[in-house]
Amino acid sequence: MSAIISIRDMLVTYDDFAALDHVSMDVEEGESFGIVGESGSGKSTLLRAVSGLAGFDSGTLTVAGKTYSGQSRTKEFYRTVQMVFQDPYGSLHPRQTVDRLLLEPLAIHGFTDVDVRIARALDEVGLGAGFRFRYSHQLSGGQRQRIAIARALILEPKILLLDEPTSALDASIQAEILNLLEQAKRDRGLTFVMVSHDLGVISHMCGRLAVMKSGKVVETVPAQALESREFSADYTRQLLVASEGFSRG
Amino acid sequence: MMMGNPSVNMTATTEAPLLAVDDLRVTFPTRTGEVTAVRGVSFTLGKERLGIVGESGSGKSQTGRAIMGLTAGHAKITANKLKFRGRDLLSMPKSERRHIRGKQIAMILQDPKYSLNPVMTIGRQIVETLKTHEKVSGAQAKERVITMLESVQIRDPGRVYDLYPHEVSGGMGQRVMIAMMLICGPELLIADEPTSALDVTVQLDVLDILDKLVSERGMGLIFVSHDLRLVSSFCDRVLVMYAGRVVEELASADLSKASHPYTLGLLNCLPTIGSNRHPLPVLDRKPEWSL
Repeated sequence: MSAIISIRDMLVTYDDFAALDHVSMDVEEGESFGIVGESGSGKSTLLRAVSGLAGFDSGTLTVAGKTYSGQSRTKEFYRTVQMVFQDPYGSLHPRQTVDRLLLEPLAIHGFTDVDVRIARALDEVGLGAGFRFRYSHQLSGGQRQRIAIARALILEPKILLLDEPTSALDASIQAEILNLLEQAKRDRGLTFVMVSHDLGVISHMCGRLAVMKSGKVVETVPAQALESREFSADYTRQLLVASEGFSRG
Repeated sequence: MMMGNPSVNMTATTEAPLLAVDDLRVTFPTRTGEVTAVRGVSFTLGKERLGIVGESGSGKSQTGRAIMGLTAGHAKITANKLKFRGRDLLSMPKSERRHIRGKQIAMILQDPKYSLNPVMTIGRQIVETLKTHEKVSGAQAKERVITMLESVQIRDPGRVYDLYPHEVSGGMGQRVMIAMMLICGPELLIADEPTSALDVTVQLDVLDILDKLVSERGMGLIFVSHDLRLVSSFCDRVLVMYAGRVVEELASADLSKASHPYTLGLLNCLPTIGSNRHPLPVLDRKPEWSL
């Protein structure tokens, strides 16, 4: 088995409410794994529990051969796993320049060749050196999301957790960001775990997907199943209908 | 019946279209000079569903707000014509505009979390709208609000009447918003991204309710959205805006015949199930589009 992320019986509870109810999941090295589900189904909670932003109560998490529990993650974990968030307006520090934002992860992990790395990271996400000393309010939504991706890639991780990376962006900008992510994946052999409510985006980016509902994984299917409609969960069907637009019944 | 009837005083103005907009411009003064968000938008609207599509910054929301009269105070609005039922909206006294706003032209905003009053029960804020425009007794008002909540398919409207906005879900909040906007029986409804903040599967339910009410009551509808496919499946006619101007006008059925490169680019850049295009085509923005 070459599962790079392996989740077994993960449980996350808030008081009496089980946000993740014994979820198990395997993500292979180098694949793009999609997660879909309605609001409150636990898809973002899953990413947050994996990344250590929120802890989990029981179960096991194995990432690249190391086992983690609760909320504690090692520095090495963050060299392997980085995350990109939904809202580029909320995920960048408003009083730091792009340079400062990108320096932060490098400083934490003790890199010394910061200048070269920051310049290269900006270049890789298609922003020139001219953006280096701007503040995030001087950037458009798409440019901010590029910075967020640069910040995630600058540590050369193996796994990217993507939580609705394009749902706050215009359709034309979404295409640019998706292309950028695919390019980065090809160049670096990354593994993606991507949460989205847009089945078009998921089927474009991912090879397999899991459907979640009320904190449980309802089914895991290959992306081709969306095309041939070989899935059993009701919610997947509803999503599929929704993705086809409004029709007068 | 309980509902206000919008078609009663139609006779005097049958000739005039519901809304006529000619060369509408909205300009904001800023520290670095003037920014013109809307640059000469013209259209007329009858009792139909018109979609306005564009990306952020295209001026689609500002167009809707200018018609409603909700543009920020320091902005400058000019138009050769901005007429509702033959009456000029820009030159009429403020009190008259206030009378039209909410009563004859109503607007549904994007996110019920921010657009409903958080410290007022749902029933009370809908009654407030009703009482601003009509003389009704308290008991009558409550009865009409409950009937209205029923017609936006809220089960147990009596209970929802006494709830606060944070106690209901996003989809239900948006239905409350629709109820509040339709209670006075407006003739023109402007919906600014009415479903963008909602879960995908709830979006269709809300659109369904909106669609039924709009056609039952014979309202004109302006549907502002960034989603070209959604709008074209919902509306009769679509205006595509780019950089403050209308670059293309299309009947929804003719979406496949779109000719402006921006419209084509928008249609083309969406990933869809079953198409295998890597990388996705991206918009190549030409400076002449925004001339």
